[in-house]
Amino acid sequence: MNSTQTALQFELDQQSFWKSLSLFDWVWGFIVLLGTGYAYATYAPLMDAYEKGILISAGASLVALGWHWKEIRGLSLAVFLLSIFGISRYVNGLADAEVDFFLRFLVSSQSAIMWMSALYVLATVTYFVALFGRSDFAGKVASAMTWSATTMGFVGLMVRWRESYLIGIDVGHIPVSNLYEVFILFSIITALLYLFYERRYQTRMLGGFVLLIISAAVAFLLWYAFDRNAADIQPLVPALKSYWMKIHVPANFIGYGAFALAAMVGTAYHIRTRAEQRNSTGVAMTLPALDILDDLMYKSIALGFAFFTLATILGALWAAEAWGGYWSWDPKETWALIVWLNYAAWLHMRLTKGWRGTPMATWAIVGLFVTLFAFLGVNMFLSGLHSYGEL
Amino acid sequence: MGSMNLAITLLVALSIAAIIGTVLQQNQPYTDYIIKFGPFWFEVFKQIGLYDVYSSGWFLFILFFLVLSTSTCIYRNAPNMLREMREYRQNIQLKTLSNYSNSYSWELKQPMGDVQHVVQKIFPLNGYSARLKEENGYTLIAGMKGGASRLGYVLTHLAIVFICIGGLIDGNAILKAQQMLGQLSPETRNIPANEVPAISRLDASNLSFRGSVSIPEGSSSDVTFINYKDGYLVQELPFSVKVKDFRIEHYASGQPKSFESDLVITDSRLEKPLEQTISVNHPLIYDGYSIYQASFSDGGSDLELLAWPLVGGSKQPRKIETKVGDDLPMNLYKQPWVLETSNFRLFNINPSKDPTKKFENAGPSVQFKMRNKTGEAKEYLNYMVPVDREGALYYLSGVRSSPAEEFRYLYVPVDEASSINRFMAYLQALSDEPLLREIASRENFTGAQMLSKDAAQFNEAMIRLTGLFVESGMDGVIEQLEKNVPLDKRKDVKELYVRVLQQMLGAVYIDVLTKEGVDVSLGVDEKKAAFFDAASAAIGSIGRYGSPVYLQLSSFVHHQASGLQIAKAPGKNLVYPGCAMLILGVFLMFYAPQQRLWAWLESSDDGVKFVLAGHAIRNKIDFEKQYNQIQAQFNRVLTG
Repeated sequence: MNSTQTALQFELDQQSFWKSLSLFDWVWGFIVLLGTGYAYATYAPLMDAYEKGILISAGASLVALGWHWKEIRGLSLAVFLLSIFGISRYVNGLADAEVDFFLRFLVSSQSAIMWMSALYVLATVTYFVALFGRSDFAGKVASAMTWSATTMGFVGLMVRWRESYLIGIDVGHIPVSNLYEVFILFSIITALLYLFYERRYQTRMLGGFVLLIISAAVAFLLWYAFDRNAADIQPLVPALKSYWMKIHVPANFIGYGAFALAAMVGTAYHIRTRAEQRNSTGVAMTLPALDILDDLMYKSIALGFAFFTLATILGALWAAEAWGGYWSWDPKETWALIVWLNYAAWLHMRLTKGWRGTPMATWAIVGLFVTLFAFLGVNMFLSGLHSYGEL
Repeated sequence: MGSMNLAITLLVALSIAAIIGTVLQQNQPYTDYIIKFGPFWFEVFKQIGLYDVYSSGWFLFILFFLVLSTSTCIYRNAPNMLREMREYRQNIQLKTLSNYSNSYSWELKQPMGDVQHVVQKIFPLNGYSARLKEENGYTLIAGMKGGASRLGYVLTHLAIVFICIGGLIDGNAILKAQQMLGQLSPETRNIPANEVPAISRLDASNLSFRGSVSIPEGSSSDVTFINYKDGYLVQELPFSVKVKDFRIEHYASGQPKSFESDLVITDSRLEKPLEQTISVNHPLIYDGYSIYQASFSDGGSDLELLAWPLVGGSKQPRKIETKVGDDLPMNLYKQPWVLETSNFRLFNINPSKDPTKKFENAGPSVQFKMRNKTGEAKEYLNYMVPVDREGALYYLSGVRSSPAEEFRYLYVPVDEASSINRFMAYLQALSDEPLLREIASRENFTGAQMLSKDAAQFNEAMIRLTGLFVESGMDGVIEQLEKNVPLDKRKDVKELYVRVLQQMLGAVYIDVLTKEGVDVSLGVDEKKAAFFDAASAAIGSIGRYGSPVYLQLSSFVHHQASGLQIAKAPGKNLVYPGCAMLILGVFLMFYAPQQRLWAWLESSDDGVKFVLAGHAIRNKIDFEKQYNQIQAQFNRVLTG
């Protein structure tokens, strides 16, 4: 065997995906397998074929996700342990939330969500400190805070899911059924999308911008919880009692989250463009280069668009079951279509006409307002079938 | 036609039309629009089709053009795209390759066969499938990955065409065409389905529709109603649907938990009737028709009402029997009235003011209109059982002049036995002139200093004022006084009369209590005093109540009706595959980008010249990273 062949063999061996997995990766795979197996063995008699399929593919996806995005492993384990801990503290029913120390200050859904809110706001400030102070350390702290906030958000939702069953076995449902719950979902999904790209592009400079919109969502959430008592768990209206809700709503919020991310990257794009025009050497020049921002904007709109398409179609399938037609021109549906058309036009302009730069950044920001109207404005100003989260 | 500018224009036009349709509430009764816009703009908007934007001619026209534009786009580009998908670009020239930004050239000592072998290993290692071409003097290995993204393009655009055509089939464009040809005209009268003339009927051969029908428990229907313009159409069904039973379940907190109907489908094509229970989210699909649980309403509950006279007349209430949905002509005080009962509700779950409870049940209620001989009507909402308000119990009766208004409530206080009797006795006593005269002379409100002749005159005035109070309330009394008394004495006189009227009312009330057998020698307790205030306030507002009787719901037999939506949507056979294509296409387009690599090998003076080049149309930044890794790999293997 000559040297070229040896080098080739070495290269082929190097590239093998399985060989690139670390010990922790294998442990991770084993833990998830164990958990999935346990859930299957315990609850299989209660599940139908779909649910079994979903459980198994959820396990497989979690392993794959953890292998490709290493931080997810830590997040999942933390969410798992804290949620199990929270649930186990409920012994005598919901009243424990007022009595038990851990529930009261850490892991009841209300407390966890307060932690999430506080951490997101702190992370926003810290990201800006990192940006203006050009401090790498502050950036790392901000990232850690965002991860922790996301963990607490997930824990809040998980424990809330359990709490809904403690109210009454027929009341229990997945916590994605009203405006309060989906705002939490929106915050954690947007944060996760951002964290993914933070690692992918190795830059923390965008954190402040993205977290700004999460902080705004948190502010709304707190107002909504305290002023309107929205944090109370309500039983589902008959139209929402459907399996479709479990997939339609999260898919929608991946879309909304990605669009929000794109708009904030668009804002950063504008700031960086101004700075370049003035030949500035200020803070704005530490933002990622324009072509990277442009690329990131495209990627998040593409991701958002793909999931928004999926969510809208899932919604149509659900509507066919619940309202007697896959499309009723209900205001929410119509605005979903408008959002979809808007981003379809954006993507066409970029992909076929090759539009780039500031107009596209501005359009992404305008797109967020259109999305915001579809998400909130419709509930506030228009009446229709989708009146689940009224203000 | 297939141009991008046209497509974008159409997308924007579609968005704007869609926005109009959400801002202006669609398919409301025409009278609502007339009230909102006035007769002129009502007509203008009607002509443009703004009350049903999504099936207006111009909207369908935009949609039609979008389909045409997209189809043209597919027709022009799809063959190319599909060729590109399989095309490895093996005719590329060395010059082109060297001009690509992702390109590198090596001079190697290894034998040609070794280098070729390395390329054929490294390409697949990175996910590229490879094709080899040997020409005069050179060898070209062309690699490609993500060809499916081109398929994604074709799928998404084809999906749009599928979905739009399917949607057009299921929309009401066909009805519109039939109406334009004069074959169809909506019915606007409220008449039984079998009396609707043929011009407003659609037979079972109609391809697609979405209608609704309300079927009382125990009854069946073989038609459904389609709301169309300012009226409706009757859609005939090839089978009949019977609602055997309708059930509502509630959560412990009182909110509705589920709506269910037991249906029986009778069809001559079936050996035996088909029985199935449907609920929200669980429709019945039968013979291409889908039957959904959409709503519920009253199915003609039998009601027994007590009509208490509010003006003069007899003391005993009259018993009335009617049914929800019926119009009952009555003769009250020699005037013809029509009682139109529109709804009965078994529960009224309202948010609770009590912080320990979320909701409370205010019990059954009946909603009806009282129409007088001029055709004017007020609408009423009467509760069957007394409702607690700040510690005291009242019979509530809401009244409004139009559906756009909120109900304003009359609070009728109840006595210790929770009955309306004391209130009615008090009201009747106030209309009983001989009794008032007797009380006035017994109580001698004016005191001793007045002459007996003047006192008698004063008492007569008081009796008239009491009558006026019952008729038009305290406001009416004050208005009357202000009209008749000179300005300079007005204040004193007003005070005097109002004070004496209060005493008069109090004396009448005491008289009512005495006749009831209550001992009033030590005065009345707080509850009875509060009753007096509430009853006087209620009587003071009877003038504005608008009905000569108060209808008290005394008993009922509840019959419910299940609101079903029956639809036939063959367009979904295009729409659903279209949706699947759209999802698949979008993900392929974004997540399987097409990327190409070429390896050009050519013998040189003392070895091999090897040119590597890569090209991608999209995601260039990612591709550049990937290309650099591949280039480094080659470098390590071939020069390491």
